[in-house]
Amino acid sequence: MSSITLKHVTKKFNTFSAVKELNLEIKEGEFFTFLGPSGCGKTTTLRMIAGFYYPTIGTIHFGDKDMTRVAPEKRNTGMVFQNYALFPHMTVFENVAFGLKVRKCAKSEVITRVEEALRKVRLEQLIDRQVSQLSGGQQQRVALARALVIEPDILLLDEPLSNLDARLRDEMRAEILRLQREYRITTIYVTHDQVEALTMSDRIAVFNTGECQQVGTPKQIYDEPANDFVASFIGETNLLSIQLAREDDEKIYVRLENDETTEMVIPKDRSNTIKDTPSALSIRPEAVEVSTKELEGANCFQGTIEMVQFTGAAEHLFIKVGEQTIQALVLNNHLWSERKKGESVWIRFPGEYVWIIPNVLGEGAHEK
Amino acid sequence: MRNKEMRFTMFLLIPVVLVLVGYVLYPSIRTLWESFFYKGSIGVGNYKAFFSPESLSNLEALWNSVYISLLSVLCSALIGIPLAFIFNKYEFPGRSFFSSVAILPMVLPSLVGVMAFMFLYGESGLIPNAIKDLFGLEKVPFKIGGVSGILIVHAYTMYVYFYMTVSSTIRNIDPSLEEAAFNLGASRLTVFRKVTLPLLTPAIVGASLLVFMTSMASFSAPFLLAGGFRVLSLQIYFSKINGNMEMAATQSVILSIVSISFLLFMRWYQNRKDYRMQAKGIGAHRSEVKNLFVKWTMVAIGVIGVIVLLLPHATILVLSLVLDGTWTWQTYPSVFNFENYMLLFKDPAIWDPVRHSLTLAFIATLGNLVFGVITSYVLVKRKFIGKNLVDSMVMLPWALPATVVGMNLILAFNERSILTFGHILVGTFWILPLAYFIRHIPLVVRSTNAALEQLDDSLEEAARNLGAKWFYTFRRIVLPLVLPGVLSGTLLAFVEAVGEFPTSVLLYTLNNRPISIEIMNQLRMFNMGQAAAYGMIQISLIAIVLFISNKFFGVKAERSL
Repeated sequence: MSSITLKHVTKKFNTFSAVKELNLEIKEGEFFTFLGPSGCGKTTTLRMIAGFYYPTIGTIHFGDKDMTRVAPEKRNTGMVFQNYALFPHMTVFENVAFGLKVRKCAKSEVITRVEEALRKVRLEQLIDRQVSQLSGGQQQRVALARALVIEPDILLLDEPLSNLDARLRDEMRAEILRLQREYRITTIYVTHDQVEALTMSDRIAVFNTGECQQVGTPKQIYDEPANDFVASFIGETNLLSIQLAREDDEKIYVRLENDETTEMVIPKDRSNTIKDTPSALSIRPEAVEVSTKELEGANCFQGTIEMVQFTGAAEHLFIKVGEQTIQALVLNNHLWSERKKGESVWIRFPGEYVWIIPNVLGEGAHEK
Repeated sequence: MRNKEMRFTMFLLIPVVLVLVGYVLYPSIRTLWESFFYKGSIGVGNYKAFFSPESLSNLEALWNSVYISLLSVLCSALIGIPLAFIFNKYEFPGRSFFSSVAILPMVLPSLVGVMAFMFLYGESGLIPNAIKDLFGLEKVPFKIGGVSGILIVHAYTMYVYFYMTVSSTIRNIDPSLEEAAFNLGASRLTVFRKVTLPLLTPAIVGASLLVFMTSMASFSAPFLLAGGFRVLSLQIYFSKINGNMEMAATQSVILSIVSISFLLFMRWYQNRKDYRMQAKGIGAHRSEVKNLFVKWTMVAIGVIGVIVLLLPHATILVLSLVLDGTWTWQTYPSVFNFENYMLLFKDPAIWDPVRHSLTLAFIATLGNLVFGVITSYVLVKRKFIGKNLVDSMVMLPWALPATVVGMNLILAFNERSILTFGHILVGTFWILPLAYFIRHIPLVVRSTNAALEQLDDSLEEAARNLGAKWFYTFRRIVLPLVLPGVLSGTLLAFVEAVGEFPTSVLLYTLNNRPISIEIMNQLRMFNMGQAAAYGMIQISLIAIVLFISNKFFGVKAERSL
């Protein structure tokens, strides 16, 4: 087990920068997730930690050891590849035993440790199978056992669930988490799936275009995203371009970009932006209050229903307010599904659930 | 370390480049250089002589080579493409047997094949004479020789290229593509013209290229059948025999230029469009033939085809049982026994060529195996600048006709140099294994490339991640997984080395003369039986190797074509 420190890590492929000036500190035993869309640099970073790429600039430390240019076979990391990379010409046993044989373990020790690892992933009865005879989920478990059996300092998981169907994915998510808790091993998990990231991680680093946008716990990332990219990438949100009108000691007052008349009042601690920079207002659909009766007071708007989407547990409302469409989410209480397009509703943005953030996606990014 | 990786790439790359430059590139350049020496001074005198209107023999040979090659492409296509369609689109009794017989010309070494055709359809051939006797004719009704002979032999041996490439494409065409066209209202003919045929373009282009280049390089057929007819590959041999090395070099250069130009033209033509299938669908289903008349016609064609295809093999077998000296003035041989085979074991002088062939092919193929695997690994899995250049050098021996490869070696290694460790190689045992080695570099590298490209990089990375060093990973992961691909190329290289004639005839010496040369010698002495017995040995060796590789390694040698 060990901590990982990345300092000023930049990786260039020819002139293209895949990762830019990355600083990260991953604690011992932590379940840490790299989250981002494809091509954001998360896999590149993981491969630098595994040793398959070397940073163009910057250093990587495991504990206090500088690992920046150590060969991959000397890092003692266990990696699970997206396609599992099981050796097709070997049995389950031979696959799992591979790392131990390389480490020149005694034969009896190899057998006990492989059996132990396979028991942990609940595959002990398939030990002599050829890997091609296994299902996707079973292959995934073999890959996990193979990575864990060598007792690595760090476990690296590269989108390990992306090739599985939805049910298996849920099951394996629990499985991975259980094993990680059991071994208490520092784990880096790469994914583009926000649900995986939010449910599994101790902390998450959100990547976009080679830059780390935010590092934080799932709750921090969801409730207090660093900017509009993070807010829109993780979960659903309403993003509205705004301008700061004025502020006093406790509150700030903002105006929607194309609405000069209405002023919204927001507590000061719900703002993460600096004055005079392009800003956006983010509010999650479940935080939007909706009512069929007229609402009074601050941050209220009148709108019309555009569409109601029934998803079982909840109902998604799309409400047209001026030029904007606001999404709201209400639990299924048989109130909304009968509503027709064009009916009048009132909505309110409770100040304590609003979050003001820098607009990094650029102008026009929030208009839907 | 990054530098460590780079150093390691260099460590693998340098020997590869040294071998390629020393034994492939340098000899070719040597030939080019030689062609500019004319009567002791540097100039284009040889080329002037080649194209001079006064002695037309060279121009005539060039023209003959080109038009025979083009006709060979046409004839092979006309046989191979329809056969591929019949055997892959329709189901009828005996189909799978016929289709496996269809690749039999592959196990016939060129020289043996030509010999069989001579005895079958030549002036005193069995078939024309049989027809003559059967119908009481005055003269034989037909005989092959000259252009027609060469063309028939070419069509017989080379239609397989079309048959195999087109077959494999037909099998891979997603049937939903044709179904989509039918669904959109296209007629059968339109579907064939607008969908099926365009999808076959890469296969047809590839096969045309193979046939054209093989015909340009063809040596055995004109050698035995041409009579006074001139072709360029043969002219090179005659110039060399007459000691006119400069002219031989010039002819080599011109033959190579024609071959390589055709190669480049075909590459360009093929790359104009993208023919790759978007998704891999289920394999084509064969429709069963319902119409009884059509069905049995197809079976009849199949049976006749099998007979025609097997006749050469059968002829060689029969001839090998004929005691030499018992078939002279008679129309048909009458005495049959195993004397020719017994002699192989009794007379060391007769056994020697077999031993030589095996030794030479073994040494060359071993070299090919080691060199091929390293080269292919570097080309596919390692990054370095100048990859295209190395790749071109690897493919050069494929583009060069065998006779030219032979000439290159003669011109490069008839003097002492570092490359030959201070020896003169020409006239020694080692020149032939070297020639076979060079000839088959592309074959082994290409089949290994295909296998390595299939191998996902993540497997190697997974092994490294688990702590395995490069060599351990290579031995335990990479090699076992690519072995079938490597073996298919290597075994085919062995088979071809056993049958190799054109380079052998230019380079052999008394102490390494292989079977092919001995067949030629026996034919010159009119010892048909002994020649045929040698031929049978070659056929058997090839059949055994292909059988073993297919049975025990699951290797389909024909995949490497």
